[in-house]
Amino acid sequence: MNLWQALEPAQLITLSICVPFVGALLVIATGKIPNLREAVTLITAAILFTIVLAITDYTFQGVPLRLDVVDIFPGLGINFVVEPLGVLFALVASFLWIITSIYAIGYMRGHNEDNQTRFFCCFALAISSVMGICFSGNLLTLFIFYEVLTLSTYPLVTHAGNDAAKQGGRVYLGILLSTSIAFLLFAVLGTYALTGTLDFRAGGIFDDSHNKVVLSVLLVLFCYGVGKAAIMPFHRWLPAAMVAPTPVSALLHAVAVVKAGVFSILKIVIYIFGIEGLKDLATTDLMLYIGAATILLSSCIAMTKDNLKARLAYSTVSQLSYIVVGALLASSIASAGAALHIATHAVGKITLFFCAGAIMVASHKKNISDMVGLGRKMPITFAAFAIGAISIIGLPPMAGTWSKWYLAIGALETDKLIIVAVLMISSLLNIAYLLPIPIRAFFSKPVEGAEPWSWSQTKEAPLPILIALTITSFGCLALFFYLQPLVELINLIPGVSTDMAVSTNMGEG
Amino acid sequence: MLEQHLTALPIILPLIAAPIALILGRSVLSWGFATLASGLAFLFSWQLLSAALSEGVISYAVGGWAPPWGIELRVDAANAFVLLAVTAISTLVLVYSKDSIEKEVKAANHSLFYTAHLLCLAGLSGILITGDAFNLFVFLEISSLATYTLVSLASDRRCLTAAFRYLVMGTIGATFILIGVGLLYMKTGTLNMMDLAVRIDAYDSSRTINTGLAFIMVGVSIKLALFPLHMWLPPAYTHAPSAVTAFLASTATKVAVYVMIRFIFTVFGIDHVFVDMGMGLILMALAVVAIFKCSYMATVQSNVKTVLAYSSVAQIGYMILGLSLVSVTGLMASMIHIFNHALMKGALFMAVGAVFYRVGSVDIKAFAGLGRKMPLTMAAFTIAGLSIIGVPLTAGFVSKWYLVTAALEQGNWTVAALVLIGSLFAIVYIGRILEAAYFQKLPESRSSENIKEISWLMLVPMWVLVIANIYFGVDTSLTTEAANSASEWLFQTNNILENNMVEGNSQEVSS
Repeated sequence: MNLWQALEPAQLITLSICVPFVGALLVIATGKIPNLREAVTLITAAILFTIVLAITDYTFQGVPLRLDVVDIFPGLGINFVVEPLGVLFALVASFLWIITSIYAIGYMRGHNEDNQTRFFCCFALAISSVMGICFSGNLLTLFIFYEVLTLSTYPLVTHAGNDAAKQGGRVYLGILLSTSIAFLLFAVLGTYALTGTLDFRAGGIFDDSHNKVVLSVLLVLFCYGVGKAAIMPFHRWLPAAMVAPTPVSALLHAVAVVKAGVFSILKIVIYIFGIEGLKDLATTDLMLYIGAATILLSSCIAMTKDNLKARLAYSTVSQLSYIVVGALLASSIASAGAALHIATHAVGKITLFFCAGAIMVASHKKNISDMVGLGRKMPITFAAFAIGAISIIGLPPMAGTWSKWYLAIGALETDKLIIVAVLMISSLLNIAYLLPIPIRAFFSKPVEGAEPWSWSQTKEAPLPILIALTITSFGCLALFFYLQPLVELINLIPGVSTDMAVSTNMGEG
Repeated sequence: MLEQHLTALPIILPLIAAPIALILGRSVLSWGFATLASGLAFLFSWQLLSAALSEGVISYAVGGWAPPWGIELRVDAANAFVLLAVTAISTLVLVYSKDSIEKEVKAANHSLFYTAHLLCLAGLSGILITGDAFNLFVFLEISSLATYTLVSLASDRRCLTAAFRYLVMGTIGATFILIGVGLLYMKTGTLNMMDLAVRIDAYDSSRTINTGLAFIMVGVSIKLALFPLHMWLPPAYTHAPSAVTAFLASTATKVAVYVMIRFIFTVFGIDHVFVDMGMGLILMALAVVAIFKCSYMATVQSNVKTVLAYSSVAQIGYMILGLSLVSVTGLMASMIHIFNHALMKGALFMAVGAVFYRVGSVDIKAFAGLGRKMPLTMAAFTIAGLSIIGVPLTAGFVSKWYLVTAALEQGNWTVAALVLIGSLFAIVYIGRILEAAYFQKLPESRSSENIKEISWLMLVPMWVLVIANIYFGVDTSLTTEAANSASEWLFQTNNILENNMVEGNSQEVSS
């Protein structure tokens, strides 16, 4: 599917970043006419998706896409190189942007939010910077767009403008900016001082001549520097960001922002350290177990949360560490699982957030304890919630199965049985904190007298919301059966393979 | 004829214009005249920089008396670069000050303000391009005396104590420099800097010269507000009229940093200062303490001008840190930061001045709700603030990049880490102000007042600086090229002069 054949292939990268940016400007220009403004958002999102599809097409054909924009420092500047992992992330983000836009229209209107123009504008800017992160050709570019993403999502997080939003925004910006400046920038500069390059290269840019102790320190700095990956103890920004309107939580804190974090870690592991190079570092295991601890601890915290969005936030923290663990297992199949998890978790978690927002719009309920019996009035929403939950848990026939499958194989292959156990326990914990919600919504009766919502007045959420959450829940299902294109894409990543035999051979070689 | 005397014009022009501005008397007239003169000085310094980049050193003998007997003006990449920044900022501040001083300076003093501003500009330009140590002291005093006047012009009477404090400290600093220069003259019998350099080099170790070095370094440190000699700066910046603060914060201390660079690299030679006298470690330690202590102080102030003043002291720490690393990259980081910091602080103080113009206070509480009322001003403040923090695509990021690179180049990971951690404070002190502007409601008592966006005459210079912040954060070819040739030039002259330079050291320095 290539609607852009007339163009020079490398120009597609420019387009993928500029289209949402121009969209943001048009949103401001059309701010006075809401219908036109929303049309602009939807059309921009659709155009962006076709561009990303065209880029995917070229990637499969093996056409290298490269674009040098400007040299900020002599010999080092903003440049973009398309590689399969970035394409995967771009596909997920651009597709879900369309769905989220549909959803956001229903939500923002249903909820009568203020400042909708600013909202849609910042949304488009955030997507623009996500595209920059996806296709970044070196660490400097990645860092720049990483920071732009942080700043452009800040107005979204603090959208409500009240004290809670200010407090949440403070934590959000405080943690993300501090970690990125103190750790990530330090690691980037350290890498540059050691190697004289920041390019992403297959197999990594470090070699045996570099001091392993320094590299071990760099790995820790990178892992914590990418604060968006929410590895404990730098995870607090994510729950804090839940003060944002739900579409923001959905796209940014299930897809764009958090995935930008784990994507960065994965990309750094694959293209800076190299999967093989990672095996020799002393801190790989340390960070691996911190990631594993994050998985379990945040699942436990999620159980204690009665606020639905807070519970989902901690679930996200836990799921992100799956990807970190997958990257740090330093095996080609685990990396494939991690990459796949970017896509499968995105679809599952966005469904859950959509449902949380739908419940919010329809019944104004935030707390899980108030949702007892609500399923009978909002069957579509809670059915979608159940599907999303099953996908997150990783049960067939939902998409989440596959990524967990590959992660578990990767852990087995590297003889890290503890990690296998962690993955299994985590799945059980997921069941414990996610499944009771739809079950009690469908099968329990609201407690007599303490009815927090009125039976007669509650009905399903507005149509755009329902459309959006239906599409993503079907997405969970579809990705279980039609995973092949994504797997093929992942297999194109150098050193990463879903094929057991290949990975064993590589280990021997 | 004009080309021949191009070197002297950036000094002569404002010097002659200053009394004329006073004679013109009417506020608007002297404003227009001063702006014109400063703008011309900017054009000349632009030409000087391009000439210096292509030709190397331009020497000009004042009055036709050949150096080293007569006074020599000496332009190279290093001072032409700083001169460009100084004249540019001066012009922008003058455009801005027409409206700004209406609220902050008594009408009778307006033409005095422009006169003092021009004198200060003449002094600063003189410091930058003179090649004579005593002449440097003279220009330093011209600019300082003009500065004391400028600070004391504010209608808020607290400016008088601030100006007095500044006067006392500034005079002590100037006296120290004078004593130092006197000692050098006593020992070497010359005042020309290049000549001094050759003769100082001839002495292996002389107590007189070392004492001179100590006096000059302390004197200059007072002038550039190096921690712990910075105590005059926060009150002076806080109580001076905003236009004055914008000008001083982005030029005066930078020029003093340049003086320090000049004395260390050209006159005394890095070998003498850093190897024999071991000043690198002292400067580095003071710079790091300045970064941490003053950044912290900036986070706890309630007056926004004081916040930015402490931030300035901390930023000076970054500049001194760069030069204390004794490498081309380190010196380059200092030079770039001199330029970039002028852009950031100029924009920030102009935005604060705009707030004072409308609200009549620069307390952090006064910023409440201004995000909606003065969107352009606060947007400018936000972008310049991000530049101070060092967010990518702003000029501040470029400075920080080079500074950390310079530290890492020498394997000094501790300093690199300290620089980055120190810059986190900026998130707090800028963040506090932005939170007030965007999240707090306009107080009830103020809602009746007519708070709206300021005039374009104030907005344009502010936004020119803001756009420069972004421009020099993306396209760094001008800053890097100028700073690089400046610092390479400084090292080169040093290498030529230092015949007895230790072999290993020179390699370490040039690598």
